[in-house]
Amino acid sequence: MKSVPAKKISRSRTTKGKRKVRVLVGKPGLDGHDRGAKIIARALRDAGKEVIYTGLHQTPEMIVNAAEQEDVDAIGLSILSGAHNYLFPKVVELLRKKKMGKVVVFGGGIIPENDIPGLRKKGVDRIFTPGATLSEIVEYVNKRIRPRA
Amino acid sequence: MVDRNKKKTTRDRGKRLQRERLKPRLSRNPERLRRFSTVSDEEISSLYTPADLEGIDFLKETGFPGEYPYTRGVHPSMYRGRLWTMRQFSGFGSAEDTNARYHYLLSQGQTGLSVAFHFPTLMGYDSDHARARGEVGMCGVAVDSLRDMEILFHGIPLDKITTSMTTNAPAAILLAMYIAVAEQQGVSPGKIGGTIQNDILKEYIARHSWIFPPDPSMRIITDILAFCSDHVPKWNTISISGYHIREAGSTAVQELAFTIADGIAYVQAGIDAGIPVDKFAPRLSYFFNAHMDFFEEIAKYRAARRMWARIMRERFRAKDENSWKLRFHTQTAGVTLTAQQPVNNVARVALQGLMAVLGGTQSLHTNSMDETLSLPTEQAVTIALRTQQILAEETGVANSIDPLGGSFLLEKLTNEMEKKAMHYIRKIDEMGGMVEAIKRGYPQREIIDASYHYQRLLEKGEKKIVGVNCYRSDEELPIPILTIDKEVERKQVARTREVRRKRNAKRVASRIDALKDASLSRTNLMPVILEAVKEYVTIGEICDAFRETMGTYTDPAMY
Repeated sequence: MKSVPAKKISRSRTTKGKRKVRVLVGKPGLDGHDRGAKIIARALRDAGKEVIYTGLHQTPEMIVNAAEQEDVDAIGLSILSGAHNYLFPKVVELLRKKKMGKVVVFGGGIIPENDIPGLRKKGVDRIFTPGATLSEIVEYVNKRIRPRA
Repeated sequence: MVDRNKKKTTRDRGKRLQRERLKPRLSRNPERLRRFSTVSDEEISSLYTPADLEGIDFLKETGFPGEYPYTRGVHPSMYRGRLWTMRQFSGFGSAEDTNARYHYLLSQGQTGLSVAFHFPTLMGYDSDHARARGEVGMCGVAVDSLRDMEILFHGIPLDKITTSMTTNAPAAILLAMYIAVAEQQGVSPGKIGGTIQNDILKEYIARHSWIFPPDPSMRIITDILAFCSDHVPKWNTISISGYHIREAGSTAVQELAFTIADGIAYVQAGIDAGIPVDKFAPRLSYFFNAHMDFFEEIAKYRAARRMWARIMRERFRAKDENSWKLRFHTQTAGVTLTAQQPVNNVARVALQGLMAVLGGTQSLHTNSMDETLSLPTEQAVTIALRTQQILAEETGVANSIDPLGGSFLLEKLTNEMEKKAMHYIRKIDEMGGMVEAIKRGYPQREIIDASYHYQRLLEKGEKKIVGVNCYRSDEELPIPILTIDKEVERKQVARTREVRRKRNAKRVASRIDALKDASLSRTNLMPVILEAVKEYVTIGEICDAFRETMGTYTDPAMY
């Protein structure tokens, strides 16, 4: 079922020798809407990040395992099925169990405003809602996510 | 027809107008944009004249409604005879919740039903499966067993109402359940009418609710074609869908081309399975998107009809006129709805509905203004339905057939659309057809490229969305949204477990064995599935049996 290769990928460095930020774009849940996830994966790649895309229909376990194998700095989750209140906190919880609590989790999709405070409280760093621009998301990643040494 | 001299005069006058009047003016007052293009980024000229249609035989290309190649409509009287079917896609929470919504919509003048199932059903998992956690009843109605289907259609006479069901990988199972409910009502399979989407190819391309790999999936589809042509003759067996291809970010041309290429693949598969083309082709129907670009969309529907007629007659040698006719459902484009100033969506949907009607659709779903935020509230879906009724009863657009036919712009766009889509279809043919093209990731990659291109245009401000990248306002009018009660999941899980406890375990086991045996042989799967659902074997159990024998499909995860 895994769509991410199980090998560790060697880290590439920018010209200044600094490690590039690595972001896992994940699609938890059963919905098939991946337009947003794919566009964001491309935009982050074009902004110089290393991007790993999990593909659709991932369980939180699959996403966290991929994040561990790929040694990422952040996970961007996209969901449009309405199951975010269960699946997003589950990803955060599993990361903490694996002592990967420093990995920043952010997300987007069809997420009602009313659900956002609850998600933030459970450790989701930022939620982007419909209409968010690519530059907004790239800027957030640039500012918020630093490559770990 | 215009004679040669007159044509030349038109062309010369057009050129003179450009030279003498337009150019000097443009040097003082340049046009608003450097380049005018459709939402699919196809360039549009400032003016269309008869010169754009030179050499085009009107009778051959456009002709009359109800006559080959049906550019102007599949019926000779179109909406003067009967209006389009108003069919709102609907499903949420439990079967009881959705049943109540159906009764409400029918009481408000809706003329057909359209079922939205929740994702676990679409992916072949029962509500108590670990993968269903948090998803139950969220994006549609939860259906695990025949019990849920009985509740869903309680009090709805299946010999009078037609039902469309958006289901693909498990389409055979849900159709079997529907047949079983009809039989309980005393309605024979020969009397029921409706549609299953059953278009697995666009699942791999765009919608992504797959279970099995392409080849066994195509076998299930040909089994359905054969079964229905013998036993459920009024059922539309495949709704070949461009809607989701467009929502995934394709252009209008790609939507048209990939959808028709999918249609070609199904017809070929049916013929290869030994079913005579005229026995199943009349029950194939189409489903298109109504996006934001007015003339581009109308041209798309007209081109689709002409292309399909030609393909069915010339390529597949179909003899029955009904095999040539492309009948289609339309849904307004979900992606064009904005979360910002959401009431504006009512205006967008009205215009999109108008495009579908001017394009000659057979049925229509108009989105509710709140669908970018959640499933629709009763109030929002009522406005969406009323929008169709206003189009039908107040605007007069249904009074005359193909009212825009003959417009220089529209006829030119229709011709261009066909030409460009046929170019794609030839390319896909060269790859060995759509199943092979999908295995190579060809349509998938074309769509990703197009959606990224559009997103870039949007961010540069070259394409505009009111309330998003122009005319923004700080104060937003909040609208109520629908929430799904957490109790739905608990109750649904309890019901499915109770169904499993109460059924005859021995018969269930033998039905599951029969499913596996049939899937490994060449027996038609439909009768075997029908026997299984009548014993309350669940969707998850049937799909598990097939997963074992057919394997599963995993996302190639390209971006």
